[in-house]
Amino acid sequence: MIGNAENTIKIRNNETISLHNIPLLPYHKFYDTASALLGQAHYHCVNYYGFPYKNSLHLICAVANDHDRTIEIFSCQIANESGIHLESLTAKHYAMHCYEREIAENFGVVFTNHPWLKPIRYPHDRANKSDTINTYPFYSIAGDQIHEVGVGPVHAGVIEPGHFRFICNGEMVLHLEIQLGWQHRGIEHLFLKKKKLLERTTLAENITGDTAVGHNLAFVSLMESLGNLPARYDKKLGYERALALEMERIGIHVGDLSAMCTDVAFQLGSAVFGALRTPIINYTQLWCGNRFGKGFLRTGGTNYPINEKLISKLQFLFDDFTTKFNEISVYTFNLPSVLSRFEGCGTVTLKQVKLIGAVGMVARMAGMVRDIRHTHPFASYTDIPYKPAVLTTGDVYARGVLRKMEIEKSTLYIQTLKQNVMSLPESPKPVYKVNLAPESFAISLVEGWRGEICHCAITDEDGELAHYKVKEPSLHNWLGLALALRNTEISDFPINNKSFDLSYCGYDL
Amino acid sequence: MIGLALILISAFFFPGVILQTKAKASGRYGAGILQPWKDIWRLARKGSVYSTTTTIIFQIAPSINLAAVICAMLMLPFANQPAILSFDGDVVMFCYVLSLGRFFMILAAMDTGSPFEGMGANREALFSVFAEPAFFILMGSLAMFTEHTSFDSIYQHLYFEDYFSSLIGILASYLLVQMAMVENSRLPVDDPTTHLELTMIHEVMTLDNSGIDMAMLQFASTLKFAIFGSLIANFFLQPHSVLVASPVALAMNSIVFLVIQFIFSVMVGLLESFRARFKMNKNPQFILTLSSVAVIIFFTVLIITQKI
Repeated sequence: MIGNAENTIKIRNNETISLHNIPLLPYHKFYDTASALLGQAHYHCVNYYGFPYKNSLHLICAVANDHDRTIEIFSCQIANESGIHLESLTAKHYAMHCYEREIAENFGVVFTNHPWLKPIRYPHDRANKSDTINTYPFYSIAGDQIHEVGVGPVHAGVIEPGHFRFICNGEMVLHLEIQLGWQHRGIEHLFLKKKKLLERTTLAENITGDTAVGHNLAFVSLMESLGNLPARYDKKLGYERALALEMERIGIHVGDLSAMCTDVAFQLGSAVFGALRTPIINYTQLWCGNRFGKGFLRTGGTNYPINEKLISKLQFLFDDFTTKFNEISVYTFNLPSVLSRFEGCGTVTLKQVKLIGAVGMVARMAGMVRDIRHTHPFASYTDIPYKPAVLTTGDVYARGVLRKMEIEKSTLYIQTLKQNVMSLPESPKPVYKVNLAPESFAISLVEGWRGEICHCAITDEDGELAHYKVKEPSLHNWLGLALALRNTEISDFPINNKSFDLSYCGYDL
Repeated sequence: MIGLALILISAFFFPGVILQTKAKASGRYGAGILQPWKDIWRLARKGSVYSTTTTIIFQIAPSINLAAVICAMLMLPFANQPAILSFDGDVVMFCYVLSLGRFFMILAAMDTGSPFEGMGANREALFSVFAEPAFFILMGSLAMFTEHTSFDSIYQHLYFEDYFSSLIGILASYLLVQMAMVENSRLPVDDPTTHLELTMIHEVMTLDNSGIDMAMLQFASTLKFAIFGSLIANFFLQPHSVLVASPVALAMNSIVFLVIQFIFSVMVGLLESFRARFKMNKNPQFILTLSSVAVIIFFTVLIITQKI
């Protein structure tokens, strides 16, 4: 049954297929197929969503096979009406909880036996408009010794809105519930509303402000795949894109290390890591005019090809950066007062990350090897393999040290890219008009600094976008933060929150 | 009166010197030594906003806190000038006048009904309970050593002439530095610069205060720091009874006093620059170790006074 050509179709990362080639199964068969695939450790669901199509609702599921670089796609057709009952996959595979909650919220489907069927983000086009954020069903625990602390939605640092409700026994957190959905941009709909490619690219760059390169890379890859542009196979372009992605990773990771030091009041680390971030993002500005890499990635090519001058600047940058970074990270991760805050704080176990389907750093800090660069390579990762760094302790310390290790690995990777990129022929210029393949489905997976970003697009008969789906790694990982806080002191919440550093707007969309 | 002027001068520069030290230690220029006072002045000219859930307690607490700190300040000799208020047993009065101020701050925090402030009040109350024994064992030992029970006469009769008594001076200074950090909610127990209300101890209690109330709270905390600084400085100064009443000796004493206050604030700044703060549940343990240092002083005094 598994891998049975009748039930699923195997595609690769950034591949386009005709909608008619996706097997359309009845729900019970769909359920069995998904369940059988997810029962094996090397499969994980990268996207599962509903898509209204010709008066019915199509559920499309993409399950990635970590062994052979493929993604199994299958779908099912149900009546598009509120109140329809379906057997829940979450009951067997907890990692599916967010997808099913989203489908339930958007289309009014009721998943029976779902353990946590709560609204996910209250979008404006949700099925049940009477269900508002003020009626969110919070979990509660009764007891004389129990008190609740609610934080947000207005955040102390005036960042993005999110409500955190702690159920505490004294200083100890028994349960944390994270309720998001306070901002509504409707970004997936905007992709359809905005007809120009450049407008859509700008949208992709702003899905989450701190992952401009990651999300945009997923978007342009989809467009190039659907339009079958030669840029898909351009080697130099792939190298440049990987370089931008790794620069973004280093910049954000260093900034996060600085913020983690700030949260434990370690001023030296906060200042030095903070200062080290500046040359990294300034390099990106020098390269493409924007510190966050906005404007570099464009469908079909780039306006800012890497040149000899930039390469020599890069050498300069990393000679200085690496020395300073090593010095401060050795000092920080050996300082007893910092270690006593980081070690054993907010531990998430391997079993937990597997159950919640954690992706990216959150998976790797607890011993799960999950890295799209490794399992479903894209851009330059097909030529120059990347081997992910993995730690096992799952605490704040692991999340800090993993950032340090990823920075070191990215630095080495950039060295390799740098040595090879100049011998390649010039990368193409961007195009601003693409004819997309009609009635097709394409999927793109990118390992952003947070983890696995998945974008899916579906086109109609005229080759126009009919549906666009964005999945941010935070969708899975917020639950990891909630689990980390169990039996942890409430005063350690900020350091845990910072060490996960998840996206609010990427979740709210 | 010179003493009072001296403590006000040191209170004036204290917070700025700490901030400036921290800025320099992290490679920044810093906002200047007078910035904290510019902030206080800015706040003092603003009106206060009161939540409708609060009562009169919340409005009077900052004034009571400031009054309590000033009252405690009057009992101390500065630069070994005679204290303005002095009587037998004022050591106990000193401690509980400060506690009165804190008590009202705790009530005010609970008055707001905010879960954060209740949490902060809880922590503040707990940690000050743990800090109290250390202060009393220290002051009790010094009282036994000098056979006097007021600050004024304790410092007048305090001589560190041999090795044993110098040990008392060193330990007492260490203890007072650490106690100043705890009392003033500084690192490693609390972090005065954080914006994260869940990790705060003292700062979270003042989240709802604004304008002149906030100015009073900040003024009180600078005074409090200077008070602890002078408790330390007085150890190293000649008592006024042995001073020849000459302007030169007086000037020397005042300069030494200010220098010690300055060193104290630079030290606080450095202590805060190169380490992380404690985990919340390690705090009681740390504060209790201060009591054990105080006990060492106590036994040293017992040995010196030949009681054992």
